[in-house]
Amino acid sequence: MSSFLTQFEIFAGSRIRLSFALTALTLLAVVGGAQPPETLSDPALDARYQALIREVRCLVCQNQTIADSNADLASDLRREIREMLVEGASDGEIADFLVARYGDFVLYRPPLQPNTWALWGGPAAMVLIGLIVFARVMRSRSGQPLDDDELDEERGAMP
Amino acid sequence: MWRYAIPVVLLAVLGVFLSRGLTLNPTYVPSPLIGKPAPEFNLPALKDPSATVGSDVFEGQLSLLNVWATWCVGCRQEHGFLVELARSGGIPIYGLNWKDDRDTALQWLDRLGDPYVASAVDADGGVAIDWGVYGAPETFLIDTDGTVLYKHIAPLTAEIWRDRFVPIITEKCGTFPCPQGGPGRQGFDQSE
Repeated sequence: MSSFLTQFEIFAGSRIRLSFALTALTLLAVVGGAQPPETLSDPALDARYQALIREVRCLVCQNQTIADSNADLASDLRREIREMLVEGASDGEIADFLVARYGDFVLYRPPLQPNTWALWGGPAAMVLIGLIVFARVMRSRSGQPLDDDELDEERGAMP
Repeated sequence: MWRYAIPVVLLAVLGVFLSRGLTLNPTYVPSPLIGKPAPEFNLPALKDPSATVGSDVFEGQLSLLNVWATWCVGCRQEHGFLVELARSGGIPIYGLNWKDDRDTALQWLDRLGDPYVASAVDADGGVAIDWGVYGAPETFLIDTDGTVLYKHIAPLTAEIWRDRFVPIITEKCGTFPCPQGGPGRQGFDQSE
């Protein structure tokens, strides 16, 4: 940082500008300092860490993952996960740890179990019902004469 | 015509779901801890850092664990009620001082009254994670054997106490407060 400052000093060539630069740099340092780099030195472990924190919901700000969130709790949970990874916990163990404390809701991808069948199966069931209804309507319309109601609609008459 | 009834029925079903949704609180996350043993901890006490407060304090009596901090607005809101509840002597209240500044916390108790038998200092938030805490204030009701009976998220009020906590306590003890008060260290002085 000092070498950068020296270069900047030469560039700016004025004490006033330098003081501005120092203020700006201090502000940057303050803002940047709020989030020290949270990485793990082992690249394989870090990759797992980065993937894990994108799967965990921040419960304070429910539509963010703990990777995205600046909330205090999110940073505590990230720290906890880092510590567990370093201690050699598997991804499954970490997920179990979080679920035991915060429930399935903490995972962005809830496990497939009886109380989530509707959640996982719901969309497919909806599509299936839609297809069945669609097929029946198509079959009943093909080749069959219109009934009175439909004739009325065709003519634009009041039912 | 029966088929005209289908959209009406679908709309009614949708209406039921939507109106149910209106009364649900999306920020409320049910705790998986209910019915499970209280997570263990052993932390320095707020008033005397050389002493510790551990999860063993819950044994032998019904008790409350209240997660609080001076940065928490809801905690300020409920504090008056907690002081009142502590004064009534119905149940011992333990505090978990969550990621707080010790001096500020001591000042707060000095100024507003101290409802806690003792407060444990969770400076780094690790114990709060074990308890599944995601926002203060949270209040846990803990059974005599250390089982978590109930968790309330949001400030405690007299109404919530009466409607949610007292029925569970009454069911456990037959009356509220518990007649013998449990063989606890706190003891319940009925003459007060």
